[in-house]
Amino acid sequence: MNDNLLYIFVSALVINNFVLSYFLGLCPFFGVSGRLATAFRLGLATTFVMIITSLCASFLNAFVLPYAPYLRLISFIVVIASTVQFVEMVIKKTSPALFRALGIFLPLITTNCAILALALFQTSREYSLLQGVVFAFGAGGGFTLALVLMAGLREEAELSSVPAVMRGTALTMILAGLLSLAFMGFAGLFSAVE
Amino acid sequence: MTGAQSHYEEFSKGIWRENPIFVQVLGMCPMLAVTNSAINGVAMGAATTFVLVGSSLLVSLLKDFIPKQVRISTYIIIIATFVTVADFSLKAMAPALHKELGAFISLIVVNCIILGRQEAFASKNTVRMAVADAVGMAVGFTIALVLLGSLREILGSGSLFGVSLFGPHFEPWVIMILPPGGFIMLGLMLLVFASIREQREKLGERLAAEEGAA
Repeated sequence: MNDNLLYIFVSALVINNFVLSYFLGLCPFFGVSGRLATAFRLGLATTFVMIITSLCASFLNAFVLPYAPYLRLISFIVVIASTVQFVEMVIKKTSPALFRALGIFLPLITTNCAILALALFQTSREYSLLQGVVFAFGAGGGFTLALVLMAGLREEAELSSVPAVMRGTALTMILAGLLSLAFMGFAGLFSAVE
Repeated sequence: MTGAQSHYEEFSKGIWRENPIFVQVLGMCPMLAVTNSAINGVAMGAATTFVLVGSSLLVSLLKDFIPKQVRISTYIIIIATFVTVADFSLKAMAPALHKELGAFISLIVVNCIILGRQEAFASKNTVRMAVADAVGMAVGFTIALVLLGSLREILGSGSLFGVSLFGPHFEPWVIMILPPGGFIMLGLMLLVFASIREQREKLGERLAAEEGAA
């Protein structure tokens, strides 16, 4: 059951959502979730980096790391940093407007813990190449989903009357808590199907 | 200002005035993920302290040798080295704790606080100042971790550091040790800090106004 591709995908997408149940990638989650369109595009960029990272991590696990297990963290980080650099150059060339909108958060994808965690989880669960890619799709999709939902909530919250002291991070944090509460409802998804 | 005083200044700013969690809102991921009990908070705080102080020391020592263009990658590799050391040491010394914290020890690498301090402080200051700053930030981070971990453990399982507090009739508030509880509890704590800061500012303004009137 655990090896089933659909299970891996749905699990990463909603049940064990990276943001809302593992608390990964919170910096961009709070930083970029102000506007809906930007949130969606950052989600896509992150998903893309995740997929490349997953492929590279599978490769490293197969050929390099059996000989030097202590290099795991360092090699993953180097791979992620170079992928992000690449994505940054592509976006800068193809869409300067998006490049400006994402600002500092684009290079910060490097320090997005969701991506490193993806590589580490994939290693500790011993996913195959295909499973890894499916896992990356699910995790990236889940990250985008959480980011977009959060951006929608925050755009609504801008327009409602909230006590002044509550505005800003505290409100965002509690909204995220409620969102996470809602996502807990997905926990029984697979046992219910059986 | 004498040297000792400014060292103390750099140390103390991390604890309250520029507390990485409550003021700068950095390093949220490990903050929320491991704080479902107080002991996890202590372990995470200790590991982060080791990495932060170690990398600040090394970066401030090497700052004249690191080329500007590749500084971020250099910092990351220095940090990753310290994290690998912390990861393996914890695995050897406290395997049960290591298992509980899981991937989050490795994820210290991408804790924004650590890279942030290297870029903003350690790469521009003397070794002693950098270490004072790192220790202050790490202590501030650890205090926040332990505070959040304790509150969540008390409400969520009715105990503190594994010691039961309320006797057998306490109905644990399970949601507090689950993910949503982390977000909500931290939200409430940020709220308390924001309101304290606002009241202090109001008090300061009133005092200033009274002084002006007198």
